Amino acid sequence: MIAWFNSLPPTAQMTLFSVLKIVCVLAVLMPMIAYSTLAERKISAWIQDRHGPNRVGPAGIWQPIVDGVKSFLKEDFTPSHVRKAYFWLAPMISMIPALLTIAIIPFGSQLGSQKMVIADLNVGILYTFGIVSLGVYGIVLAGYASNNKYSFLGGIRSSAQMISYEIAMGMSVVALFMVAGSLRLSDLISYQTHCWFIFKQPLAFIIFMISAFAETNRLPFDLPESEQELVGGYHTEYSSMKFALFFMAEYANMIAASAMMVTLFLGGWTLPFGGLDQPAQSIGMGLAQIGIFIAKIVLLMTIFIWVRWMWPRFRYDQLMDLGWRRFIPLSLANILITAVVLWAIA
Amino acid sequence: MDALFYLFAALTLLCGILVIANPFSNNPVTSAMFLVLTIVSMAGLFVLLHAFFLAAVQVLVYAGAVMVLFLFVIMLLDLKEEQRRSIPLFSAGLGLIAVVAIASVIIGRLWKGPFVNSVDQPTMEGATTVLGTKLFSDYVLPFEIVSLVLLVAMIGAILLSKKELK
Amino acid sequence: MSQVGLHHYLVVSALLFSIGLLGVIIRRNVLVIYLSLELMLNAANLALVAFSRFNNNLNGQLIVFFIITVAASEVAVGLALIVALYRKRQTTHVEDLATMRN
Repeated sequence: MIAWFNSLPPTAQMTLFSVLKIVCVLAVLMPMIAYSTLAERKISAWIQDRHGPNRVGPAGIWQPIVDGVKSFLKEDFTPSHVRKAYFWLAPMISMIPALLTIAIIPFGSQLGSQKMVIADLNVGILYTFGIVSLGVYGIVLAGYASNNKYSFLGGIRSSAQMISYEIAMGMSVVALFMVAGSLRLSDLISYQTHCWFIFKQPLAFIIFMISAFAETNRLPFDLPESEQELVGGYHTEYSSMKFALFFMAEYANMIAASAMMVTLFLGGWTLPFGGLDQPAQSIGMGLAQIGIFIAKIVLLMTIFIWVRWMWPRFRYDQLMDLGWRRFIPLSLANILITAVVLWAIA
Repeated sequence: MDALFYLFAALTLLCGILVIANPFSNNPVTSAMFLVLTIVSMAGLFVLLHAFFLAAVQVLVYAGAVMVLFLFVIMLLDLKEEQRRSIPLFSAGLGLIAVVAIASVIIGRLWKGPFVNSVDQPTMEGATTVLGTKLFSDYVLPFEIVSLVLLVAMIGAILLSKKELK
Repeated sequence: MSQVGLHHYLVVSALLFSIGLLGVIIRRNVLVIYLSLELMLNAANLALVAFSRFNNNLNGQLIVFFIITVAASEVAVGLALIVALYRKRQTTHVEDLATMRN
C-alpha cells in the first residue's frame, strides 16, 4: 500500500491527499450542521425554561437524524406560479459558498507531513470574501423564483443587507493583515502564537462578529426571514428537501463564519500553553490541535445561538444605519489608527 | 494546465454567448446569471495567468457586488412585458455579419502580430504585495483620481435615484 | 498550437469582445445592452492581464484594477439612470425611447 503510494507522481499524491481531506472535512462538517440544529433547539429550550426535543433517544440525541429522514420523505411541492429553473437552483446555490469557504481554513497544523488545510492560498482572505459575496445569490434567486411579494421582499432585503455588511466586514480585517503582513491564513495563525488578534484588534473583532451575524441572516439581523412580517421571507414557498437545504445552508454559513473568526481572531488551532502553539510533531498533538479548533468553533456557535434567543430583531433602517454610519467609519478609523501605530513603531 | 485553459476559455465564451442570445429565455435575469458565470470562469483564466489578486477582486467586485446590483435592478423593474419581445431577426443578422467581419479582422491581425510568442518563459507573478507597492508608488495619482470617480459616481447615483429632483 | 501562449488568450479576448459587441447591436433591452458592455470591458481586462503576464510587466494588471473600479462606478450611475428612466417611461426597451426622432 505504502510502496504503491510512493510510486505515484507528486501531483497524484497531492490530489489523493486533497480528496481525502475534503472527504474528512465533509464527514465532520455534516454532523456538525445536523447537531447544531439540535443545539439550537436545546439551548433555546433552556433559555425559555422548557425541555426541548427529548423523545427520540436519550435527551433527544437522534432528533437531527429523524428530522433529516422527515425532510426526505415529505412531499416536494413546487407551486405552479414559481419560476421553475431558479426555484430548483436557488437552494443548491445557497449551500455552495459555505462549503467553499471551509476549503481554505487551516483546521489543524499537520498530521505527519500533511498540512491540515485543503488549499493554502496566498490570497486566502480575498478568496473568502469573494466566495462570501457569492452567498447572496442563493437568497436573491430564491426570492425572485418564488414569485411572491413576501419572498421577493426577503430577497431584496437580504441582498442589500449582505452587500452593506460585507463592506464593514472586509474593512475590519484589513487592519489585521496590515499587522500580520500577509493574506495567507496559515501565516496569520503563526503570527498569532504571541498574541491573539482578539486582544490586539478588539474593535475589528466586534465589527467582524456583528457583521457575521448580518451576513448569515441570524437574529438580531434576520430581516430577510422575519416570520412576523414576511411569513418566512425567501423560503416561504419551499418545502421538503429544498427547504432543508436552506436550513442547512444557514448553519453551514454559521460554521464557516465561526471557523473564519477562530482563524482570524482566536488563533486558529493554537492554544498558548503546552507547546500547542507550534506545528505538531506527533499524530496525537496534531489531532489535539484539530480538537482545539473544533472546540473553538463550538464555542462561537453557542454564542451565535445564545444571541438569537436573547435579542429582539432590528428594524430595517436601524440595520442600515448601523452598517453604513457606524461600522464602516469605525473600521476605517481602526485601519487608520493601526497604520499610524505601525508607522510609529517602524 | 493547457486543458484547464481550454476548459475555462470554452466556459467563458459559451456563457458569454448565452448572455446575449439565449435560445430558451429572453429573461434579463438569466442573462445576468450567465454573465456571473462568465466572470467566474474568467477569474479562472486570471488564475492560470498567475494574477491571483485580480482573480479574487474580479469575483469579489464583479460577481459579488456589481452583478448583485444588476439583479437588484432587474428584479425591481418588473420586466414581464419585456420578456415577450423577440429579437428582430433581420437586424440581428446584419449585426452578426458586421461583428463577424470585425472579429475576423482582429483575430487575423492577432495571428500575424509581432507579439505572438514574444516571451518564451513567463515568470511574472501577480502577487498582492508587489501590486500594492506599485499602486501606492507609481500609480498614486490615478489611484486618487479613481477614488474621486467613485465618490462622484456615488453622489450621482444617489441624486438620480431620488424621487423628486429639486 | 502546442503550448498555450499569449495569442490564445488574445483570441479568447477578441471573441469575447465580439460577443459583447454583438449583444450591444442586436439586443433591444437597455439592461442587456449594459450587460454586453460589461462583457466587452471584461474582454479588455483579459487581454491586459495576458499581456502583463507574457511581457513580465505588472502595469497591465494595475490598469485592470482601475478598469474594474471605473466599471463599478459606471454601473452604479448607469443603473440609477435606467431606474430613473423606467420611472418616467415604464420601459427599458430602446425602441420605445425614440422621442428625439419624431
